[in-house]
Amino acid sequence: MQDAKDLNQYKTELRESLNNEFLRSAMDKFAVAYPAARARAFGDMDVAALVADVARAKDVSVGQMDALYAQFKAKAEAAGATVHLARTAHEANEIIASIARENGVKHIVKSKSMTAEETHLNPHLEAAGLNVTETDLGEWIIQLRGEGPSHMVMPAIHLSRYQVSDLFSDVTKQKQDSDIQKLVKVARRELRPKFVQADMGVSGANFALAQTGTIGIVTNEGNGRLTTTLPRVHVALLGLEKLTPTLHEALGVLKVLPRNATGQALTSYVTWITGNNQCAPGPDGKKVMHIVFLDNGRRAMAKDPIFSQVLRCVRCGACANVCPVYRMVGGHKYGHVYIGAIGLILTYFFHGREKAKNLVQNCINCGACKAVCAAGIDLPRLIKEVHARIQDEEGHPLQSQLLGLAMKNRTLFHGLLRAAKFAQRPVTGGTPYLRHLPMIFAKGQDFRALPAIAAKPFRDQWAKLKPLVPSPKLKVALFSGCVLDFVYPEQMAAAVKVLADRGVAVDFPMGQSCCGLPVEMMGERIAARDVAEQNVTAIDASAYDYILTLCASCASHLKHAYPRLLKDTPSVAYNAQQFSDRVIDFSSFVRDVLKVEAQDFMPGGPKTAYHAPCHLCRGLDVHEAPRALIGIGGMDYVQAEEEEVCCGFGGTFSMKFPEVSAEILGKKLSNVEATGAEQLVTDCPGCVMQLRGGAETRGMRLDVLHLAEALAARLK
Amino acid sequence: MKDKEQLVELFKLKAEAVSAVVTPVTSLHQAFEYVVDICEKKEACQLLASGCEEGLSDPAQALCETKQDKVIAAPGLTKKLFKELETAGKGKGFKFIQDGLRNHLGGIDIGFTVVDYGLAETGTLVLASKSEETRLATMVCEIHVAVLPLSKLKATSSDLEDFLLASFTATPDYTAFITGASRTADIERVLALGVHGPLELHILLWEDK
Repeated sequence: MQDAKDLNQYKTELRESLNNEFLRSAMDKFAVAYPAARARAFGDMDVAALVADVARAKDVSVGQMDALYAQFKAKAEAAGATVHLARTAHEANEIIASIARENGVKHIVKSKSMTAEETHLNPHLEAAGLNVTETDLGEWIIQLRGEGPSHMVMPAIHLSRYQVSDLFSDVTKQKQDSDIQKLVKVARRELRPKFVQADMGVSGANFALAQTGTIGIVTNEGNGRLTTTLPRVHVALLGLEKLTPTLHEALGVLKVLPRNATGQALTSYVTWITGNNQCAPGPDGKKVMHIVFLDNGRRAMAKDPIFSQVLRCVRCGACANVCPVYRMVGGHKYGHVYIGAIGLILTYFFHGREKAKNLVQNCINCGACKAVCAAGIDLPRLIKEVHARIQDEEGHPLQSQLLGLAMKNRTLFHGLLRAAKFAQRPVTGGTPYLRHLPMIFAKGQDFRALPAIAAKPFRDQWAKLKPLVPSPKLKVALFSGCVLDFVYPEQMAAAVKVLADRGVAVDFPMGQSCCGLPVEMMGERIAARDVAEQNVTAIDASAYDYILTLCASCASHLKHAYPRLLKDTPSVAYNAQQFSDRVIDFSSFVRDVLKVEAQDFMPGGPKTAYHAPCHLCRGLDVHEAPRALIGIGGMDYVQAEEEEVCCGFGGTFSMKFPEVSAEILGKKLSNVEATGAEQLVTDCPGCVMQLRGGAETRGMRLDVLHLAEALAARLK
Repeated sequence: MKDKEQLVELFKLKAEAVSAVVTPVTSLHQAFEYVVDICEKKEACQLLASGCEEGLSDPAQALCETKQDKVIAAPGLTKKLFKELETAGKGKGFKFIQDGLRNHLGGIDIGFTVVDYGLAETGTLVLASKSEETRLATMVCEIHVAVLPLSKLKATSSDLEDFLLASFTATPDYTAFITGASRTADIERVLALGVHGPLELHILLWEDK
């Protein structure tokens, strides 16, 4: 449970996680095992179509939330249940405590419910004098330890068998073995009497079918079945977003949820309960059945044009499973109650901005969560949106405001970059790296050598580089982005070389500036919008066939964010769409438009590994083109493990969280090292900066190049 | 016919993938013999499996006293079939029950059911569980033996929507999808079978037509 007061305290806590060897190795194993298990579970199913179905069905349900609730209540009450609506978490806890009181309950068993974690139900019931036992194995373990969950599906994933064995030794007052099979059996036996003794069972639910007043519960251990069967009172606590019109939508979710959560085709049990079932110790042999729906902001969220999609979440936990930051720091540092990307967002809405303000900054924006989400939620964007909201509410930090101001004025911004070139002289030691950074900038940055600002930006070289093309087949505008323009102009020059003699007229419109992604990442929405407008105006999209960029991050931002950022500015909304439609990445352009061939390049190139930039493979869904070009370019492509996992750069992320960035980078370089490659290519200057700097610091014999450089060097 | 065979193969594959033991039978009588046979082979109280040999706290240890004989529960059977089952196990010293499962919450050896449907896509059994005895028998048994009449094998859950809706509408209702034995991976993500439910699931495929 993340509870840091400020960013510094949060960073200190992150450091503790990074130093926790068990956690690190457990998380690494999981991060590698999960994608394979998920792929096996889906097999040849059309995952994108299934996810789209879930998203559509959930959107429809969320749009009818109030009506579905009314229908569900009528049906379930006709079947003998009592249905409640709690406006707040406290109200839900009160309702459940009063049900316990009215029924003379003393002992409660619980099966897993994230909603009960959200409302902090246990402490509330315990304060009311009730004895509460969690019966899901993981939940029981963390309850005994007085902790919150570190994963939504595997709440005790942060603990080793030895820690569990010590804990069980304390509980049973007997020395316990560390054999996991035996520990599970100990839990089975220790918890059985709790079920027998309990007067009330509290469960969550995954579905509420308005059509019939039925709840559906998805479980593996069997404790959910015992919890809903043995005690004479059953209370189900669930969020309003679990309502669905019919069984049909629920079965659709059920195709995706277990496969995405744990790589299971289906969980051991799916339990469908309608009304007050037979229950021998209950009044008249019937169960006292209550269903408590939690609002806690959900009804307002359902009407929010941006955030309503958050309510699609089916709580599979996959967004944590693939998150490179979660992998490094674990769930207790990556969520308050809800964990992972969705947790960063939900914390703000359910537990307040104090709890969320540090967390939302710890997103590297790699898009892995969005790509794996069972309901197609645009998680990275919503995290940025929450960050921006918190800054609007609490005031923007000076650093972020200054960056925003500087970026809004291109001449000022570029002037600052040019000035930096002179200021850095004492620290480069004549190398292309910043060797002796003043302490204030260097804190935590020594895990990679940072490049120096280039002697002459690309824009100043353009007049000389611009190729003369007499009768062009294509007209292309180059969009460089800041890093290529001011740090790596040679990568741009290499691209121009690859394009030469192919009938492509190339322009570099001088009014272009930063794409604006860094300011959006810093939560400076107004600056992000203003910069977008400048670029869309500077490059007259209609005059070109393509807008080509060598930076995957710029490309993805230009393509996806610009139409959104400018949609409410009538004077440029049209241009923004025209602009977006023309944006293309270097690899796709060279392979699919120019259609270069192997005969254009010298064969016999070095053993070459590839790093897939997040914003290329997920941001633009480009996977094949760059890998194919390595072969076409005469290089010997060797596949590294986890090619499509983030390198740890994330722009401003690596400046803010250098220790996390360094760990992610270390993992990436080790994977590359294992291939024995002499050369590593990628197609994003940010990744080049991170990977080249890391390889340099590590003393690896590895050339890190932009794919454009690698190809240009091998042109015949 | 070919389709049916493929469906059966798929069901078997998927059920076995989640550690279910799948065996064909030609009659219910053969299913009863199967039950008696595995009950005879298994330990009276599955010491290794159920945790008796582990250090337990006093209340958990006390459960042992509630479980002495080998118990087979078959709450869903008609009186006639139940009699047949009893006859099949005659002289073995087993206790056969159809109700009163609440007196056996420490555990029984075998819960026997004839399920309503099977889903090939996921190797799932669908069991109408309105009866509390049926629910308890399939929860507190160490081995759940389920007969799946092959006439009731469907491809996916979508093929069952009508049946499910009819069940949910005949309230109150408790319908269970069962896929493999009870399982967890909550400690170090290591799979362990038999947490709170059955340690084993045996599925008997009955060619009923």
